[in-house]
This record gives sequence, C-alpha cells and structure tokens, in this order.
Amino acid sequence: MTEPRADVHRAIEAVARHSYGRLVAYLASRTGDVAGAEDALGDALVAALTRWSNDGVPGSPEAWLLTTARNRLIDRNRHERVRERVHDGVYNAAAVELLARGDDDPTHADAFPDDRLKLLFVCAHPAIDPAMHTPLMLQAVLGLDAAAIARAFVIAPATMSQRLVRAKAKIRETGIAFEVPEADQLTERLDAVLNAVYAAFGSGWDAAAGVDATGVGLTDEAIWLARVLNERLPDEPEVRGLLALMLHSDARRAARRGADGRFIPLSEQDPSLWDAAAIAEAERELALAGAAQRPGRFQLEGAIQSVHAERARTGVTDWSAIATLYEGLVRLAPTLGARVGRAAAVAEVHAAGPALALLDDIDAHAANYQPYWAVRAHLLRRLARHDEAAAAYDRAVELATDPAVRSYLQRSRYARPR
Amino acid sequence: MKYALLIYETPEAFARRSSPDNEPHLGAWRLYHRSLVEAGIYVAGDPLHLPEMGTTVRISTGKRAIQDGPYADTKEQLGGFIILELPSLDAAIEWAARCPAAANGAVEVRPLAPDVKARITE
Repeated sequence: MTEPRADVHRAIEAVARHSYGRLVAYLASRTGDVAGAEDALGDALVAALTRWSNDGVPGSPEAWLLTTARNRLIDRNRHERVRERVHDGVYNAAAVELLARGDDDPTHADAFPDDRLKLLFVCAHPAIDPAMHTPLMLQAVLGLDAAAIARAFVIAPATMSQRLVRAKAKIRETGIAFEVPEADQLTERLDAVLNAVYAAFGSGWDAAAGVDATGVGLTDEAIWLARVLNERLPDEPEVRGLLALMLHSDARRAARRGADGRFIPLSEQDPSLWDAAAIAEAERELALAGAAQRPGRFQLEGAIQSVHAERARTGVTDWSAIATLYEGLVRLAPTLGARVGRAAAVAEVHAAGPALALLDDIDAHAANYQPYWAVRAHLLRRLARHDEAAAAYDRAVELATDPAVRSYLQRSRYARPR
Repeated sequence: MKYALLIYETPEAFARRSSPDNEPHLGAWRLYHRSLVEAGIYVAGDPLHLPEMGTTVRISTGKRAIQDGPYADTKEQLGGFIILELPSLDAAIEWAARCPAAANGAVEVRPLAPDVKARITE
C-alpha cells in the first residue's frame, strides 16, 4: 500500500468539510437511515485515502465519494437481507435498491440535489428527544464526532455517543420522513430547527444582563447551519433573524475578552473592536427579514442586538428602544432569557425597584439560571440591599460555567458599592 | 365477540427478544402462538417495536404536541388499537392527530416489529 500523500489528505479534508452534510443528506434521504449513510460515507473516505494515493485525486472527488458510499450501502443492504432475513420492516430495503438504480445521476457532483434541509428537519423532528436535536445536526450535517459534541454539551462522550446512536435508530426504525414539512406545519417545525441551531451557538446572549458570554458554544458551526437554512428557505424571515442575531453576537468576539483573558461585559466593550463586516451583514439580514412583515422571536432578538451595535456609531445605548423590543419579545416568546433581559432594560430606563419586581415574578423558574442571579445581584446592589446582593452574586458565581465570567462575577461581588 | 389482549412487558422481556432462536423466552411465545392458532381463536396480533421507538401525539388547545417516547401516564388507560399501513412516521402522526382520542387523551404511534413476529409464527 502506498503511503497516503499530503495532497490526498488535503483533498479529502476539503471535500469532507465542504460536502459531508450534502453527501449524508443525499444518501439518508433515500434510505431513511442516517447512521447507515454516515457509515457508508466513512468507509468511502477511508477507501479514498488508499485509492487517491495510488491513482491521484479524481476530477470530481465529491462524485467519487458519493458513488463509492452508495455502492457500500447497496452491498451492505443485500448482504444484510440474506444474513438477517430482514422482512418487510420499516427499514427500507426497497429504497436502497431505488438508490442503486439512481433516479438522479450522482456522478455529476454539482447536479446532485442538496437534501440538507430535509436532513435538518429530520434532526429536529418532534418525535426525537429535543435535547438531541442539536447534537444530531452537528453530527449528521457537519460531521462532528461524538466526543467534540459531548464537550460542548458538558456530558460524558460515551453517553453522548449512546444517545446519538439511539436517536438515529429511532429515525430509521420508525420511518421518519425526509421531507420539508407542508406549509401548515412549516412554521412550527422550523421553530424547532432554529432553536436547535441557536442551541449550538451556546449560552449566547445575555447582553442586557451584563453577561455577554458565548460559553462553550459552537458559534461558527451554528452560523454555518443558519446560512444553509437561509439559502434553502430565503422567504422565512425568522431564519434571517436568527442569522442576524448570531452575527451580531459573533461580531463582538474580539471585544469580549481583555488582553489578559479577562471577561468584558457588553457595556464596557470597545466598539472599535467589533467586526464591522459581520455587523453590516447582520443589518442587511434584519432589513430583508423586516420586509416580510412577519415578526418573530429571533428577529426581535436580532433587533435588540442591532440597538446595542448602534453604540459603535452613536456612542450611547438606546435603552428605551431595547426595553420596547423586550416587551414585544416577552409577549411573543416569554423565555427566561427574554424576561431577565426585559428586567435589566427596565432598570436602565426606569429604576431598579420595578425591575426587581419583574424578577420576583419569575423567581420560581430561575433557580439555576445564572443571568437571573447576575442581574438580581446588580439590582439589589443598586438598591443598597448589600447582603442580599452578595448572596445573589454567590449564586451567579456558582452557576457560571465560563471561568472568565465566573471571575468577573467574583470581582463584581467584592467591588466597592457604587 | 372479539377480545383484545394487551400485552405489557418488562424491559428485560423486551431485551430477550434479540436472544438466540433456541432461547426459552421465544420458545414460550411460539408455543403460545401455536396453541392460539390450533384452538381456532387467533384473529390478528403483532409485537410492537421497543417502547423508546414510540412517539406520543396529543392535541391540546387545538395545537399538536408531539413527544418522543411511549405513552406513560396512569390516568388514562389503553382503550383500543388500530393498525395502519403507511409510508412514514409523519403520515402516522398525521392520522394519530386526527384520532378523537388525541384531543382528550393521547395516541401513541409505535411501529410493529414484523421481524420478531416472524420468529414466533414461522
């Protein structure tokens, strides 16, 4: 066997990065079997290492991988039918045979259909445990391994791996359809997809809470998924809203940490460090979304970040605009994040007292929500209720997962009351 | 009159389905099936797929609530079953959502397990 060459490695990496999700989606949407498609593609990538080292990288690596993976699937399917006497179960042997005939010729790589949207809807299907929507997307569409996903979700790799296997078994065994939902179901089903993409982004935004932490989020991956969605569903304003929200947040990546790694809250960030190109793209997406006249949760959250971004131009933060947007957001999607954000905005526009009353209303649901405690501590300090403030800071410190955020909160706790 | 026997199994019994053909668990089921057929009373029946392959559909305030997992509640009791031939889980959910029971109880959708049946009835 010839030693795999460096250019072969590069070619494989490039095609895997660029095409992994498209190849899995193409195969899985024809067999109903995500795990089988991933295995077949994995085999094809291994085969490519040897074959391309000997024969050179083919003209269309993507088409080569697709043909090889498809043949693996067909071989394995025929083999299993003999060995296990697979009867007329849901596992669709007929579909694999259909794949063998090839209704669309996959040898022209640029011609093979992009089924990633269908795959995303399968990953966020209501019959799949919601906690697994994001991990499934990261694995099936982006090719992340279970260990990397487990790290992002702070659970044991073996547990993540087992849950992924189980979720994919459910997709195959119960025959979840690879299709874009009909118009009457689209909004609701798309919500689940968008939520899963946003969950990949990480703990995201609690800007108003002064805790602008991205945590362990897979921000680039989430933005990439939102771009795929946007390309395939250009008429859905919430997709653009989500993309804008994440771009705004990501634009502040460099400003969020001091040179010494210290966490810098949004209000203290230097706007000249914000990524102007990302902000401009976010603003374009928000404008396009707004033109559809169908407001939604992510558009509102994107708009709130847009107001924060304005500070780069005006030097001030328009808190009353932010408070108004939060009012709308809480009416539309009363998540904990939205309600805590609203309280923080009310404190800036009005006073700490009414803001604290808003927090008291959600007390029972927020015991483990770090931004709640951070905002609460901040408000109590402003009201000179120092003992309660210290206790709330302690709780926020306990709940913070990002070490830089934790030490920021610790510093705040012991800071001299202003 | 026709009677339905609703079979409740332990996780251990579900696990034993994948044991070798000569294992007593499957043998007992084959024997039982044969005696039903020989008695001339057997109408229809199928093992169901594993509980975790279940999906539960409810309509509450006009909206569809679809949940991963089998139906597990003690208030409502199993009141019947319908076997349908459909192309996908999504089509089954569609029909489950139209079932009157979805509006005031719940309907669980779970694929049958024809491979297990084949091992019992052949």
